[in-house]
Amino acid sequence: MNKDPKLLVQAPPLLRQQLTTPSAMRDVIYALCPIIFASCLLFGSSALLILLVTVAGAVITEYLFPLNGKRGESLHDGSAVLTGLILALTLPPSLPLWIAFLGGVASIALGKLVWGGLGQNLFNPALVGRAFLMASFPTAMTTWSTEDLKQGFFDIQSSNFALPLMQGQIDGITAATPLGQMKFEQQATAFDQLFWGNTTGSLGETSAALIILAAVFLLWRRIFDWRIPASILLTVAAFSSLFYFYDPVRFPDPLFTLLSGGLLFGVIFMASDPVSSPLTTKGTWLFGIGIGVLVVLIRLFGGFPEGVMYAILLMNAATPLIDRISQPTVFGHGRSATHSRHTP
Amino acid sequence: MATVEKDANTELIKGIWRDNPVFVQVLGMCPMLAVTNSAVNALTMGAATLFVLVASSFIVSLLRKVIPKTVRLSCYIIIIATFVTIADFTLQAFVPLVHKELGAFVPLIVANCMILGRQEAFASRNTPKLAVFDALGMALGFMLALLSLGCIREILGSGSLFGFSLFGENFEPWVVMLLPPGGFITLGFLLLFFNWLKFRKEQSGSTVKPPGNNAAEAK
Repeated sequence: MNKDPKLLVQAPPLLRQQLTTPSAMRDVIYALCPIIFASCLLFGSSALLILLVTVAGAVITEYLFPLNGKRGESLHDGSAVLTGLILALTLPPSLPLWIAFLGGVASIALGKLVWGGLGQNLFNPALVGRAFLMASFPTAMTTWSTEDLKQGFFDIQSSNFALPLMQGQIDGITAATPLGQMKFEQQATAFDQLFWGNTTGSLGETSAALIILAAVFLLWRRIFDWRIPASILLTVAAFSSLFYFYDPVRFPDPLFTLLSGGLLFGVIFMASDPVSSPLTTKGTWLFGIGIGVLVVLIRLFGGFPEGVMYAILLMNAATPLIDRISQPTVFGHGRSATHSRHTP
Repeated sequence: MATVEKDANTELIKGIWRDNPVFVQVLGMCPMLAVTNSAVNALTMGAATLFVLVASSFIVSLLRKVIPKTVRLSCYIIIIATFVTIADFTLQAFVPLVHKELGAFVPLIVANCMILGRQEAFASRNTPKLAVFDALGMALGFMLALLSLGCIREILGSGSLFGFSLFGENFEPWVVMLLPPGGFITLGFLLLFFNWLKFRKEQSGSTVKPPGNNAAEAK
């Protein structure tokens, strides 16, 4: 391999392997399968229903508003299904189904179509959907029930079936997620619970083990750039260690910060979205460091227990800027060409 | 334009639909986004704007031969400001609660680009009668837009319309609809809808399909 930096081709790994968009989407869906399966086992059929309804919302929106060509043509790349799946896995199991459906619609309509379709969006579509739901229904989106984990496979929580526009009445009493417990009661959850996923939380975020498995698969298939997860996780680990060593009573240990909440899920499935992350190597590191710092700051000092969503969305917004300042030197030109105004 | 005989009826209708100040000209966005979180606020704002626009168009049209061209904008603003003050005090006297909710946006009618735009583009060049009809049409169009935004946002954001609860106790409010992003999202969708209508009309009007980005625009 040529080590000459002047000839380094800086493109995402998927270009090197000449993957097509549909096959990349399919690989991500395969990677999600164990997580989907585990969420159905953990949270019962509520999880399955939410997954189905969210995907339906995303697919129907994509079908109804074709940007060019025939209806349904843009469904073949599988991106609408994938967006729906990823969004669903970030929702709480007791969420009313109509809200989940609306989330699927919002993520495709506001997250993708208004920008001009796949590849044009500034933000990760699934996260746009989630941010819309979070801003619209803050209570329903952060209500976790003690019943979540006690469900048998065929039990469905009654709040799932709330009529459209109506509130869901949750079974049992509300419970806190590991991050909520940490934030409001300074109580850490045991490592093995976080690792295997036997805690309250959104459908797909609880099990660190399965997400790491999916990440290994995706890295093996070279679907995403390893630098993004690496830079985010390293930054989070380093930055949160700093606080932990300053005051171990007040701040959670780095391992807890890494494994709890939606960090791993967001990092693997949302931050590494090739459309909304920077294209250059240097930019990728900047992007990851930005997300890592924001996650720790929001979690430790913000009003919300969890900050992964906002951290990724904020850095998505900064992506064009990062691309601009991290342009590599043009071959054959001096260093002065680095900040050329002819950046795309 | 000058050769075409203008009649009051067309001037009235064009503001409501064809040249709607909000959905077609995209003017007056500040009150549009800021005060439409409930139907009552939207309606009050619309009424105040209607009063100011009609009254100042009338006066400007009367004075169109007296106002020197070089200082015309300041003259219009003074006339508009007079009526805004009247509207402001009237609202404060009769509907103090709504006035309080509208806050700074009643005095800000003076800076509404739609109102100044009508003076410059129409009232200062036409007879008082036409000016009043034009102002009425524009103001009604503005009111219609405010009201449609206000109704959508109130129904989704608080489950009520003009303060009457529509869905009962268990309604799950869309909090975002009462906040600024809700205003932007709703306005965006309404603009999309009106552009789509326009596109449809143009499509059916001409048999030759225009090439290029027209298809993308419509969606």
